[in-house]
Amino acid sequence: MNPLITARGITKHFGATKALDGVDLDINAGEVHVLLGENGAGKSTLVKVLAGIHGHDAGTIEGHASLAVIHQELALVPELSVAENLFLNRLPRRYGFVDRAEMRRRAPKLLERVGLNVDPNAKVRDLGIAQQQMIEIARALDKNAGVLILDEPTAVLTETETDRLLEIMAQLRDNGVGLVFITHHLDEIQRIADRITILRDGRSVGVLGPRATTQHMIELMVGRPIEEQYPRAQQRPGQPLLRIENLTKRGVFENISIEVHAGEVVGIAGLVGAGRTEVARAAFGVDGYDHGTVAVDGKPLPRHNVQAAIKAGLGLVPEDRKGQGLVLTATVGQNLELVTLDDRDEERLHDIAGKLRIKGRVEQPVKELSGGNQQKVVIGKWLLADPKVLILDEPTRGVDVGAKVEIYELINRMTAQGRAVLLVSSDLPEVIGMSDRVVVMAHGRVAGELSKGATQDQVMALAVQEISA
Amino acid sequence: MTTISIRKYSPKKYLAENGALAGLVILALVIAIMQPAFLNAQNLLNVGVQAAVIAIMAFGMTFVVVAGGIDLSVGSIAALAAMVGALTAGPIGLVVGALCGLVNGALISYGKLPPFIATLAMLSVARGLTLVFSEGQPHETDAMVTFLGSNLAPMVPLPLLLMLAFFGITGLILTRTNLGRRMYAIGGNEEAAKLSGIDVRRQKLWIYALSGLFAAAAGLVLAGRLGSAGPQAAAGYELDAIAAVVIGGASLSGGVGRATGTLVGALVLAVLRNGLNLLQVPPFWQQVVIGVVIALAALLDSLRRR
Ligand SMILES: Nc1ncnc2c1ncn2[C@@H]1O[C@H](COP(=O)(O)OP(=O)(O)OP(=O)(O)O)[C@@H](O)[C@H]1O
Ligand SMILES: [Mg+2]
Repeated sequence: MNPLITARGITKHFGATKALDGVDLDINAGEVHVLLGENGAGKSTLVKVLAGIHGHDAGTIEGHASLAVIHQELALVPELSVAENLFLNRLPRRYGFVDRAEMRRRAPKLLERVGLNVDPNAKVRDLGIAQQQMIEIARALDKNAGVLILDEPTAVLTETETDRLLEIMAQLRDNGVGLVFITHHLDEIQRIADRITILRDGRSVGVLGPRATTQHMIELMVGRPIEEQYPRAQQRPGQPLLRIENLTKRGVFENISIEVHAGEVVGIAGLVGAGRTEVARAAFGVDGYDHGTVAVDGKPLPRHNVQAAIKAGLGLVPEDRKGQGLVLTATVGQNLELVTLDDRDEERLHDIAGKLRIKGRVEQPVKELSGGNQQKVVIGKWLLADPKVLILDEPTRGVDVGAKVEIYELINRMTAQGRAVLLVSSDLPEVIGMSDRVVVMAHGRVAGELSKGATQDQVMALAVQEISA
Repeated sequence: MTTISIRKYSPKKYLAENGALAGLVILALVIAIMQPAFLNAQNLLNVGVQAAVIAIMAFGMTFVVVAGGIDLSVGSIAALAAMVGALTAGPIGLVVGALCGLVNGALISYGKLPPFIATLAMLSVARGLTLVFSEGQPHETDAMVTFLGSNLAPMVPLPLLLMLAFFGITGLILTRTNLGRRMYAIGGNEEAAKLSGIDVRRQKLWIYALSGLFAAAAGLVLAGRLGSAGPQAAAGYELDAIAAVVIGGASLSGGVGRATGTLVGALVLAVLRNGLNLLQVPPFWQQVVIGVVIALAALLDSLRRR
C-alpha cells in the first residue's frame, strides 16, 4: 500500500541549530505512527515542516492526503466561546452572518464525541487546560482529514481523558486515517503504536514495531538505559515546614489540611477539577480564600500575597507554563533569574541550567526552545530560588523520560537538604513513585491519605469517590 | 549544551537586526543626495537638537511600552512642567512631572484603569492646568531653564548632550537594573511576573513616574530652547514619542524594546522633518510623507521578524 505522506531526507536549520537532519517518515493509512525522542530532538519541528508552517532546507515531502494538526502549544482564542473556537475559520454562515443556531446545534455533538461536558457558550479562558486540549482535539476531528497529527496531546490530560483520546484514535485508524502521535508517556505508546520512529538530535535513529519494549525505546532515544524511573530517596521527616489548616474557599475547596515536613515529598492526586491547583494557588497567595491558615516554618502567611509567601520561603511552579510560568519574549537566562533578581548568581544559574540539561543557550529567547525544555526553565527558576517549601504543579508535563529522572534527582537533593516538596500531579505513577505520602482530593475535599507503596487503584478509588456526607 | 557563545560582530548582521537603523541610514543617504546641504555640520547639529525633545520624551515612553503600557499624557506633562518651571523654578517642574506620572501609575495599578484611559485623562488634566496656571499666556523662562536649551560652546548644543545623557540612563535602567528587568517581565507576561514574586503594582508606579519625569525634562529643554513656556507647547508630541519607540522596534504588546531603538526612532523623525524642510516640501505634504515613513518603518520591522 502507498503511504499517504512520504517524507525523505528532511533537513531544517534554525540559524546554527540543526533541528532536523535527513529524517525519513512514512504516514500510512490505518496506522498510528509514534514519534519519540528527547526534548528538543526535533519532533515538533518535523510536524511543523509537514504542516507547511516551517519550510525545510533539504528533502522532499510527497502526499495527497488532507492534514489536520494538533500542535503542542494550544491555539485557542481565550476570549471566544467554546463553540466559536470549535468552528474558528469555518464558522457556519447564513446570509453572510454567523449562523449561531447552526453552531449551537453542531457544537454539542462534537463535544460529545470527545466526551467533554462543558457549556458551548462558556468562554475558553474560563476552562482548565485539559478541557482546552479536548476542544483542540474536537476541532481537529471535525476536519475529517486523511492524516491527523497529534503533538503531545496527552501531556495535559488525565487518565480518563487520555483513555478516551486513545479510543478515538483507534477508531480513526480503523477507518483508514493515518495518525502521527507524539508523547513522552511510554505506556501510551505500547497501547496504541503500530510503528515508532525514534529521533535523537534531529536524526532518525531507529524505527520500531508495536511490540518494542520500554527499555529498547529509552535506550534508543536517550542513548543509555534508565535504571530507576522514580528514584525517590526518602529522608527522615523533620519539623513541619508547610502547614495548611482548614483552608476553605467556598464553592472551590473546603477544609483542606495538609502538612509537609522537612525532608518530605507529599503528593496531591485527584481528578481534573478536584481543586488541587486551586489549593496550591491559594496557599501561595495567588488567589484569596475564605478561611483557614497557611504557615511556612511556623510563620503564618497573610492571605493573597505572593511576595510575602516567597519571602517566607514558599515557591510555586505553576501548571500552565505559557500562561503563568514563562516570559516568552525574554531569554532563558532572564526567565531563570526572575525570582532571584535581588541576589543574582550567574554561576548557579549556569549550574542549574546544566543539571536540568536545558537544550538551548542562556541568552536564547525562551520561545525558541522546545516545549519540554521550556518546562525545565520554569522549574529551574524555582530551584535557583531554593525555597524552603516548593509546590510543584504538574512539573514534568511534556518532559522526556530522561529529563524527568533528572528533575526527580533535584527533588531528592532538595529534600536531602531539609527542604520540603508538595507535588501536585495527574501522572499517577509519578505521584505515587516520588511521594512519601499521597493526599487524594475529590470534589474540593481531602478524600484520604495513602502512605508510601499505595497502588494506582487505591488512589483512583479515593479520587472518584462521591461525597455522601 | 548550555554554553555561552559570544556572538561575532558583523555590521551586516547588525543592520539586519536593526531595521530602524537601516532605515535611518537609507533615509539620510537619500536626503543627502537630493540636498547636499543636509550634511552641513550646522544642519546635522540642528537635527540633533530637534530630535532631543522627542527623544527624551520617548525614552520615558520606552519604559512604559516595554512594560506593556502606553502613556498618552507626556506632551501635556511636558507643557505643564515647563510652565511650572517658568513660573517658579526648573526643578519644581521636574517634581510636578514625576508626580503626574505617579498619579498615572496609581490610577493604573491601584485603580485598575487601562493605561490608555488613565493617561488620556491626564493628557486633559495636565493641559488644562497648564492653561490655568499660564492664564493662556506664554511665560519667559529663567536663566537656569534657558541654559538647558543653549550652546555650551560653539557647536556644542546642550540639548544634544542631554539627549545622549538620557539615552545612557535609559540603557542603564533597562539592561542593568532590576527595575528594568522587571519591566520586560511585566510587559512580556504579567501573570508570570506576578507569580515570580514581582510587585507588579509598585513597579508600575515607578515606571509611569519615570515617564512623567522624562516628559518634564523634555518640556524644560523645549522651553529652554524657545526661551519661554507656552500653554500649547508640546501638543501632540505624545504621538511622536510613541512613533519613535515603535519605529525603534519596541512592541506595543509589551516585553520588547531598547534604548538604542528609541534613539534611532527619534532621529528618523527629526531627519525626515529636516530633510523635508530642506527639500522645500510644503508643510501639508510633509505630514503625509511622515505618516507613510512611520508605516514603512513599522512594516520593515515586522517583515524582518517573520
Ligand atoms: N523557532 C525556532 N527558532 C530557533 N530554534 C528552534 C525553533 N524552534 C525549534 N528550535 C530548536 O529546534 C530543536 C528541536 O525543537 P523541537 O521543538 O522540534 O523539539 P521536540 O522534539 O518537539 O521537543 P519536546 O519534546 O520538548 O517538545 C530544539 O533545539 C529547539 O530549540
Ligand atoms: Mg515538541
